[in-house]
Amino acid sequence: MSYSNPQTPPRKSATFDDATMAEIRRAAATGIYDIRGGGTKRKVPHFDDLLFLGASISRYPLEGYREKCDTSVVLGTRFAKKPIELKIPITIAGMSFGALSGNAKEAMGRGATLAGTSTTTGDGGMTDEERGHSEKLVYQYLPSRYGMNPKDLRRADAIEVVVGQGAKPGGGGMLLGQKISDRVANMRNLPKGIDQRSACRHPDWTGPDDLEIKILELREITDWEKPIYVKVGGARPYYDTALAVKAGADVVVLDGMQGGTAATQDVFIEHVGMPTLACIRPAVQALQDLGMHRKVQLVVSGGIRSGADVAKALALGADAVSIGTAALVAIGDNDPHWEEEYKKLGTTAGAYDDWHEGKDPAGITTQDPELAARLDPVLAGRRLANYLKVMTLEAQTIARACGKNKLTNLEPEDLCALTMEAAAMAQVPLAGTSWYPGKGGF
Amino acid sequence: MPVFDLSQTPLRALNSALHGLSAGTNDTAFEVVNPRGHHAVAVGIDSPVTVEVRGSVGYYCAGMNDGGTVTVHGSAGPGVAENMMSGTVVIEGDASQYAGATGRGGLLVIKGNAASRCGISMKGIDIVVHGSIGHMSAFMGQSGHLVVLGDAGEALGDSLYEAKLFVRGTVKSLGADCIEKPLRPEHIEKLRELLDKAGVTDVQPEEFKRYGSARKLYNFNIDNAEAY
Repeated sequence: MSYSNPQTPPRKSATFDDATMAEIRRAAATGIYDIRGGGTKRKVPHFDDLLFLGASISRYPLEGYREKCDTSVVLGTRFAKKPIELKIPITIAGMSFGALSGNAKEAMGRGATLAGTSTTTGDGGMTDEERGHSEKLVYQYLPSRYGMNPKDLRRADAIEVVVGQGAKPGGGGMLLGQKISDRVANMRNLPKGIDQRSACRHPDWTGPDDLEIKILELREITDWEKPIYVKVGGARPYYDTALAVKAGADVVVLDGMQGGTAATQDVFIEHVGMPTLACIRPAVQALQDLGMHRKVQLVVSGGIRSGADVAKALALGADAVSIGTAALVAIGDNDPHWEEEYKKLGTTAGAYDDWHEGKDPAGITTQDPELAARLDPVLAGRRLANYLKVMTLEAQTIARACGKNKLTNLEPEDLCALTMEAAAMAQVPLAGTSWYPGKGGF
Repeated sequence: MPVFDLSQTPLRALNSALHGLSAGTNDTAFEVVNPRGHHAVAVGIDSPVTVEVRGSVGYYCAGMNDGGTVTVHGSAGPGVAENMMSGTVVIEGDASQYAGATGRGGLLVIKGNAASRCGISMKGIDIVVHGSIGHMSAFMGQSGHLVVLGDAGEALGDSLYEAKLFVRGTVKSLGADCIEKPLRPEHIEKLRELLDKAGVTDVQPEEFKRYGSARKLYNFNIDNAEAY
């Protein structure tokens, strides 16, 4: 009887896995770091790690098909003469014309308007199409000030001073030359075809004391009518929220690391910032410590996908949420319908993230007229509205099951956590216990 | 002429009066006294009014001016005439940092010196500084003209796009991708026009050196990485 030594099966390294080694080879071959769109792809503690408890003997539910559950929210009640009244607590996040096609921006406006909510401009300014199709439009005031002008400031419904975003807290942006069409170049006062850099900090203020004066200027220019939001990336949510309030913000927008971007370095997206779940409680705590919870509204973004995510964010203390990537998916981004074309680009539906290259088969993250024409803004707007309404219905379903007649009446006591990490971050009890890490009495 | 005494009258009253003036109104000349370093004085002007400010102002005076003529008979704090669209802003004294930041049009004249980051991210504004300017001026300047009769600090024109810079004195150092370029006849003509508008009579355009973008950083190239 012959004997052969047992073979050790091939074993790949967990540290040097396929993706890691592929990136090393790509970097060695090109000498350039990887730039891509979207938010973090790594798995981080998220809303999936929380569950609602629902009603029982100690709490009684509301009838799902009969009893009201209010979804409205008013943003900007602190100082603005004209706060924004939304029918649903889900807004569309800032995405630029330039990063997105004109049709995609129009679809965002149409969808948001149909659903009774707001949409937001982005780096590059406001287009007439976007203004015309958006009943409520938030105008982003960004470090680059591309396209910034007082007329657009005045015809906006709110102003969002962007300090940072979740995908790249502390970083600026880059719109590569392929997407700098004549119109985009003209709006940004730049030559066509060059790489356009977006600064990482504002050119005329630094720090919270300056920000307070900048907000004063914006209020004076707009006669104190517009709500002023301050958007921060998920970095130091307690202090950033407190400082934004101190600077005079009406609304704080807090974007966790799952929040997307049109383009930045992969190393930035994956290694800087905190998960959305970890940001909410410190921000709410800051508002509560200042006596400003519900007086300064908190809008949370970064990885919101469903009505369950909406309900969980609100239960943790947010007043509303904002969606970007999910809205793009709703109007057709990464749709398997374009799989053959995704393959030609060396990717697959669901993984396409080279939004900066302007070759999007779905016609959304592009300035190529032929590709952009693939997106019907009316149909896409309808799809977005449908999606927003489904999310709202889902959130209502959960709220009623928890006995709440208003979405913002959801509270941390309605939740439990599936993991220690989520329990610590959300400060809700680990399922089956009355304890979470950091809470005394263990 | 409406006079606003900011030691007695709220800032809001001044800016409110300056906004949305009806066409044909006779009240197009305003005077502001006792500004006492107030911030956001005469911001958001959207018609061809004149404003004489008797004293020094704080941050963002004449911010986003669109068509007005604002003269500050004193010095100005940070961000004077930021994001100006059109019109003229004159500072009789010195200006702090970020003067004319992101301005898209109009003329900013600073008769004293300007601090750091003068003309940062300028997008079409013309700026004439009778004195000297501080470091990082015209950083990421996209278009427009910056004319400096005195000296420029470190890193002038860093990451410059198409803004044109003219300095009569010395430049401590040039920023990334900013180089000296030949002063051609069209530049001399433009300089003469700007100096004339700025009330400069004893200086010749030929005394200036021109600086602009080398355009080597317009599209990312790993071989230029050391420039960042």
